[in-house]
Amino acid sequence: MKQLECENLTLGYGSQVVLTGLSFEVNEGDYLCIVGENGSGKTTLMKTVLGLTKPLDGSIRYGEGLSARDIGWLPQQTDVQRDFPASVQEIVISGTLGRGGFRPFYSKADKALAESAMARMNITGLKKRCYRELSGGQQQRVLLARALCATRKILLLDEPVAGLDPKVTADMYELIDSLNKDDGVTVIMISHDVDKALQYASHILHIGSELFFGTRDEYRIYEADKAKGGDGR
Amino acid sequence: MSELFTTLGSYLERPFVVNALIVGVLIALCSSLLGVTLVLKRYSFIGDGLSHVAFGAMAVAAVVGLTNDMPLVLGITVVCAVLLLRVGKNAKIKGDAAIAMISVGALAIGYLLMNIFGTGSSNLSGDVCSTLFGSTSILTLSTFDVWMCVILSVIVVLFFVLFYNKIFSVTFDESFAQATGQRAGLYNLLIAIVIAVIIVVAMQLVGSLLISALVIFPALSAMRVFKSFKGVTVCAAIVSVVCALIGLLTSILAGTPVGSTIVAVDIVVFIIFSVIGKLTGGKA
Repeated sequence: MKQLECENLTLGYGSQVVLTGLSFEVNEGDYLCIVGENGSGKTTLMKTVLGLTKPLDGSIRYGEGLSARDIGWLPQQTDVQRDFPASVQEIVISGTLGRGGFRPFYSKADKALAESAMARMNITGLKKRCYRELSGGQQQRVLLARALCATRKILLLDEPVAGLDPKVTADMYELIDSLNKDDGVTVIMISHDVDKALQYASHILHIGSELFFGTRDEYRIYEADKAKGGDGR
Repeated sequence: MSELFTTLGSYLERPFVVNALIVGVLIALCSSLLGVTLVLKRYSFIGDGLSHVAFGAMAVAAVVGLTNDMPLVLGITVVCAVLLLRVGKNAKIKGDAAIAMISVGALAIGYLLMNIFGTGSSNLSGDVCSTLFGSTSILTLSTFDVWMCVILSVIVVLFFVLFYNKIFSVTFDESFAQATGQRAGLYNLLIAIVIAVIIVVAMQLVGSLLISALVIFPALSAMRVFKSFKGVTVCAAIVSVVCALIGLLTSILAGTPVGSTIVAVDIVVFIIFSVIGKLTGGKA
């Protein structure tokens, strides 16, 4: 089932154009990696898909019954969060707030959802701990659990392993992969690491001076061709 | 010692003292509740900035000759709060610079206007001084003032309780809140309006130079010791109320200026809490 379709997008802010002619689509269960150099517009693309910024041109269509708010988001950490006094539980359950309607307090269902999200991320034991005292990997799990509280359909991850050590990075990739394979969550991930992207992703979107969208295998061929072309000259 | 309590008892029989205590406690409660959010959002100085705006607006009201300057002062302050908190993020002049600019600008224009046009009073610097440092007007409140303060405080506390979860969410991660369909813009707007109202009301208590203290000190003290948002919020509210009470009683008994006495108590409590935080292993 098609969940997201972007057609001929032009991205940017104000009068500054970052990216033009971008088209791609995401189907249910896909694992899409967005790669590209710094400043190529990866984060802008993500914010546009989330509905935080409007595209300058082109269209974004969401699948049947879906909207921008069905996309769970794992943003990059901000300075404010690093020393924020909040317990893990408080943060995770705040993910349920987007479910619409004016409800001043959390319901039983919200609490159950938060519990199950924490259990899925293996952080139930950290429930009462203070967020700012956790390690980088644990903090990412907390934010991932919060994203799961918002939706279980699509997850958008913005460099989820930035600043993590190799062991924790590997665990994080495994966890995301299992969310995709075992729980059927569609994953869209921004990544610097093309090798890891090729290991896990089903589709690759390369943005920058050259645009590429296709499956992982198509991307391998595309890269190989490019390398050959480079040698031939 | 017993003498002290007798004096205190005789003071507490006077309605103006009771009024001052009620208003002082309520203002302290309200300002500390939103203080937590403002400190965490890195808007600690907004209290200072907005109170200077209120000062400027008061000067304008005095020059124009309004007898009841409250609506005008409140209106201008609310507009500035909204501009700083909401539009500020995308503006060309960012956060701290925008606050500083509006703050000193309003202060200068206010003083200038009062000087040029005169307010009819012979003691201009006295007037300015009492607006800046809080006058003794907290001890001369009318019943109307007290009721207005009570009603506003009830509204603020209700707002805070009903929107507590949303305020947390918007403070912790505004973009996530917005991306998952929470109306972050609306909540920010409400927070801005409420903070402006609190500041205009609180100016009577501590004056516009010391208002930031009421907003930030209880929140900072609570953050030394507590580690959850709820813990910090509840603790800040209690600290703020206790400090205001101690400060008010001390100033009445010792004849010290109300505003600075309260702030002095806040500072002492902050130091105590920092030490406690260090000892119990909290991250200071």
